[in-house]
Amino acid sequence: MLKSTGIPTPADLAQVYPDKQRLERGPVAIIECFQSIPCNPCATACPRGAILPFADINDRPQLDAEKCNGCGLCVVNCPGLAIFVVDMAYSEKEALLKMPYEFLPLPQPGAVVTALNRAGQAVGTGTVIRVQSPPAFERTALIHLAVAKDLAHEVRNIKVEDETDEAR
Amino acid sequence: MITTQIAVIGGGPAGLQAALAAAQQGAKVLLVDDSERLGGQLIKQTHRFFGSEQQFAGSRGIAIAQKLEAAVRAEKNVTILQEATALGIYEDGVLLVEQQERVMKIKADRLIVAVGATERMLAFPNNDLPGVYGAGAVQTLMNVHGVRPGKRVLMVGAGNIGLIVTYQLLQAGVEVVAIVEAAPTIGGYLVHASKVRRAGVPIYTSHTIKEAYGQGAVEGAVIWRLDENWQPIPGSEQDLAVDVICLAVGLSPLSDLLWQAGCEMKYVPQLGGAVAVRDSHLCTTNPRIYVAGDAAGVEEASSAMVEGLVAGLAAALSLGLGDQQAEQQLSQAREQLTALRAGPVGEKIRAGLALVEKGVSADA
Repeated sequence: MLKSTGIPTPADLAQVYPDKQRLERGPVAIIECFQSIPCNPCATACPRGAILPFADINDRPQLDAEKCNGCGLCVVNCPGLAIFVVDMAYSEKEALLKMPYEFLPLPQPGAVVTALNRAGQAVGTGTVIRVQSPPAFERTALIHLAVAKDLAHEVRNIKVEDETDEAR
Repeated sequence: MITTQIAVIGGGPAGLQAALAAAQQGAKVLLVDDSERLGGQLIKQTHRFFGSEQQFAGSRGIAIAQKLEAAVRAEKNVTILQEATALGIYEDGVLLVEQQERVMKIKADRLIVAVGATERMLAFPNNDLPGVYGAGAVQTLMNVHGVRPGKRVLMVGAGNIGLIVTYQLLQAGVEVVAIVEAAPTIGGYLVHASKVRRAGVPIYTSHTIKEAYGQGAVEGAVIWRLDENWQPIPGSEQDLAVDVICLAVGLSPLSDLLWQAGCEMKYVPQLGGAVAVRDSHLCTTNPRIYVAGDAAGVEEASSAMVEGLVAGLAAALSLGLGDQQAEQQLSQAREQLTALRAGPVGEKIRAGLALVEKGVSADA
């Protein structure tokens, strides 16, 4: 249970997942925010109005998946790092994930990294396609990661080996 | 004797915002802060803040500190006393401040007490071993001085501070072996919990620390499970090899100056301890003294900033400064506070405030 483990359950996720048809059409945001907290930057960041305006700052975000094009701006604006973009139409075998990442060193495009699930367990590998970290992202990098399609709904973090860190 | 219209004690999120708001209304403000850098706890906060744009949501605490500090320094009505400690308040209202071994007397028409909170300690065998830290100390070492506190950490407490400091430790390349939380559920924001969870840190709810051990310094910790009556279950012990035990078990408002000034105080568990009875403008029962931020009740930094705004504006208005716009700003700030506290996570705060808030100031 999320409140005792920190890991959203399949039932939690079912509440926020767009339907299969929408997923297969291309990139879309998955907002894994399950608690009413006073926070609204996702809605103010969305240039398309796909995250509906909040009546109360304690509202949970509501996504209009039809308006969302999976740009990822909400991902880097969410203070809770709780939003991910999943693109099931990326290629025949792979899905593309866009994930927030705040660890150094940042991975290099082309790197194959360990893919972690919501419990931090290694579930496979992914290929880093692109790393975006312009000043406007306020040091939350957006990692584009290609993973096997069957891992697209599991993988939510990566582990990058840091060979420069003498303390390890 | 130094005279000023408003003295603000504490240069954290509440104090900076209070000084700024009061000075913008034309008040002569003296800001007293005891540390090397202004910003209070904000300077250690490397995570992005929640809230809305009005409270700098999305910005990191350290960036908010820099913005507020720059604004306060640019304000000619504010005089800043840094590395200066407020020692006490005399019966006639004179504030005593020590700076570089010099003691100064300050006579202010209004005092805004924004001194923050202090960390709680936890009783367990060997909690005096080197390696047992408060979460604030870990943040100071890492985020202010760039020093890692150790290599393997047990975090005690899954409130927002425990979760955030765990994340910061991971970012600094320190391993966090586990988070233990005595309550059956995680107290902090679940998005913070999910963040450290997917980085591989287990969260053991209904668990606490039994003891620390080590020769001369922490070498390990024993944790155990609690039953539904919060009683430890013998036989459930786990031994963890760690060199740091980080305590994030809550904060209590710093109340000494308020007691001394004769403000009516009340013990309110929901707000973390003894706090001053106040009106909705944060004026205490001593009409010259206002409170803001964690000193008024332990809460988030976003609320602390808005409370600073309320206290700063209200104190200035009570001196006959400011105009109608200031009154409007004040009522907007109060609405912001209500909105921030309106949800389920604000329930405890609302319950606490109901016990200490008395009416509206007559003067504004």
